[in-house]
Amino acid sequence: MPKHNTRATLAFLLRSLHRPTLLPSATPSSRFTLHDKCNDVVRPDYHQVPSFFNPLGNFAQTTKWGVGIQQKCYGSMAGLVQRNPRFSKLNDDDVRYFEGILGAKNVVQDEDKLVAANIDWMHKYKGSSRLLLQPKTTEQVSQILKYCDSRSLAVVPQGGNTGLVGGSVPVFDEVIVSLSSMNKIISFDKVSGILVCEAGCILENIISFLDNEGFIMPLDLGAKGSCQIGGNVSTNAGGLRLVRYGSLHGNVLGVEAVLANGTVLDMLKTLRKDNTGYDLKHLFIGSEGSLGIVTKVSILTPPKLSSVNVAFLACKDYSSCQKLLQEAKRKLGEILSAFEFLDGQSMNLVLNHLEGARNPLPTLHDYYVLIETTGSDESSDKQKLEAFLLGSMENELISDGVLAQDINQASSFWHLREGISEALMRAGAVYKYDLSIPVEQMYNLVEEMRSRLGNTANVIGYGHLGDSNLHLNISTPQYDDKILSQIEPFVYEWTSKHRGSISAEHGVGLMKANEIFYSKSGETVQLMASIKNLLDPNHILNPYKVLPRSLIS
Amino acid sequence: MTMKIMVAIKRVVDYAVKIRVNPDKTGVVTQNVKMSMNPFCEIALEEALRIRESGSASEVVAVTIGPSHSVDTLRTGLAMGADRGIHVDYSASLYPLSVAKILTKLVQIENPGLLILGKQAIDDDCNQTGQMIAGLLNWPQGTFASKVVLDKEKQVATVDREVADGIETVCLNLPAVITTDLRLNQPRYATLPNIMKAKSKPIKKFTPEELNVEIKSDLEIVQVTEPPKRKAGVVVSSVDELIDKLKHEANVI
Repeated sequence: MPKHNTRATLAFLLRSLHRPTLLPSATPSSRFTLHDKCNDVVRPDYHQVPSFFNPLGNFAQTTKWGVGIQQKCYGSMAGLVQRNPRFSKLNDDDVRYFEGILGAKNVVQDEDKLVAANIDWMHKYKGSSRLLLQPKTTEQVSQILKYCDSRSLAVVPQGGNTGLVGGSVPVFDEVIVSLSSMNKIISFDKVSGILVCEAGCILENIISFLDNEGFIMPLDLGAKGSCQIGGNVSTNAGGLRLVRYGSLHGNVLGVEAVLANGTVLDMLKTLRKDNTGYDLKHLFIGSEGSLGIVTKVSILTPPKLSSVNVAFLACKDYSSCQKLLQEAKRKLGEILSAFEFLDGQSMNLVLNHLEGARNPLPTLHDYYVLIETTGSDESSDKQKLEAFLLGSMENELISDGVLAQDINQASSFWHLREGISEALMRAGAVYKYDLSIPVEQMYNLVEEMRSRLGNTANVIGYGHLGDSNLHLNISTPQYDDKILSQIEPFVYEWTSKHRGSISAEHGVGLMKANEIFYSKSGETVQLMASIKNLLDPNHILNPYKVLPRSLIS
Repeated sequence: MTMKIMVAIKRVVDYAVKIRVNPDKTGVVTQNVKMSMNPFCEIALEEALRIRESGSASEVVAVTIGPSHSVDTLRTGLAMGADRGIHVDYSASLYPLSVAKILTKLVQIENPGLLILGKQAIDDDCNQTGQMIAGLLNWPQGTFASKVVLDKEKQVATVDREVADGIETVCLNLPAVITTDLRLNQPRYATLPNIMKAKSKPIKKFTPEELNVEIKSDLEIVQVTEPPKRKAGVVVSSVDELIDKLKHEANVI
């Protein structure tokens, strides 16, 4: 059967890559020569870097995964992005000044460390910053920004660098201000569950800390091992639990941010209710570092409930997935904590490329749904879930399904869903889109894109069905502008026509800054520009991103 | 040949849960903590099911000893594919020798050709029950099994055992006791159709008194404490400093 042959071939290639001696590989120096073309002008430049489909070429090894990764420099479809001449260039006096504030150890000019900070997680965007700063206190961040503002030095705030729209890395030579050293948990109130911590705390570390106290974070995402809470707040990250706990706009109680001119805005309250004046913290939640650098966060954490159940289900068509969602919201009600879906192509990708992935079901299906319930009573929750699942099976909403019997099995189901991004990276080049579309029409986009691209690309769809959020990913052997022209602007126009959002949770960053009009009106964007001019008159914070470049120059 | 396989399963604190010692240091906290089937017991049950599916056995009986909640674990076993279950109701602490005696009595009632258990339970890590039953029944035993091959005609089980030096192969005449190790197989998931079927599978109840077994132990747990927290490492600046620390701080040279 053709499916098995492809899988066997890919499995062989996967094994070969884990033993690099079987394939000729590039020497470390070629990793740098691939990027020579990317300097001051970011062009839609790309390299024919082979992947699984062309193993006998030269490819660079990265230390992160030890497998060949697509190296690419990618610019906006709209054309060239030019370095704004209003920004000064870094000089030795600047470096000395920063060393004076932070100490030489926290002023990084080391080539290797800079390379990592200059490239985003997807290896799609690469900057050429020569300076990485690691402040340890809010006061230091304030001094850095005050100086940069006076010198017109552009700045990129950076957390875990796991963003998917090029918002966390420099476009040119912006100074990188990394929040990683500000990783202390400041306080935790066991009665209210209110946590106050610095912006550089890694999400997974916060989750472990809270676990000890009997609480959980209201957000959870695949990148939790690297992403930092400051970045999560600045991008208004969504994640897997939004359907139950809502967005960060609801859970963040307070923010401490530093404005472009060094002013420290202390809005770090730990109050559930505070209606005194305009609630400005919301400006910093989701503005992707363009209005200020978030340095501290206070967040309301839900108590950890003892009974978590996960089911992995198969549906025969997309409308069954939808009906299942409606039924789940009704029958499982208050215990539903996650509702994710993935299509058959996503499952195949994960089974072929992700280590340790195992299909929980005996056969392959066209659509899969992952349901998680969280409640306080193990036996009643399990009964409720079992009754719902067996009922759905009788009504033919589900064609097959598995219920996790212990935490390990539950983790392995989540591994399948959370590992799709990683599997995509290993499969070659990926064009990633994160869209909010009304549930009924969501999968139509996937099918239309599939017929548009034919067999030039593998189109997969998965996402937070519970939030009407589709992650549309197009996997190709290598980046190809012909394929890109078939995707954009079609995908944005389609989304706009159906009154959706071109960025449900990933944010706008560099990738979609010029496309913001597909989802926001001209007047709205104009007001955003006014606010930007008010808070950052010299435009030093995260330039070229978030708002259309024609408005902010 | 209609051979029956009996599998003993235990309900324990879930493997992935972070264990905490209770305040009076007599044991670990089990209140409000996720409980599941012991992973080695899952492997034992999976092996029994595979033997039945290959045609060498006709029935798989899952047995558990514990409080009423243990029936949930038994239902999981039935959902994986066991044909029927036996629950010996007992709510207080259990000890390997007492468990072995109870299982011996059940073996005498059920007459299985093969008794499969996990090599140890992850809550007490005793690794004693299987061996004790084999002694009480005077049956051959293949413990730490990483491979089991059954010969139905000759009524012999060939078991590869994981021992310290490598793999040891033993041949056991049936009936025999096998305890399973991690690499034997990968247990199946409980699918919804099987969960549905499991609801109607019979579970027979017993009590230790009915089986004439007295549950007692000659051991008394005096105290349970957590291991000392691991201290952070120290970077030394020279070999001399290392030698000094090894001599005077670690006292190893």
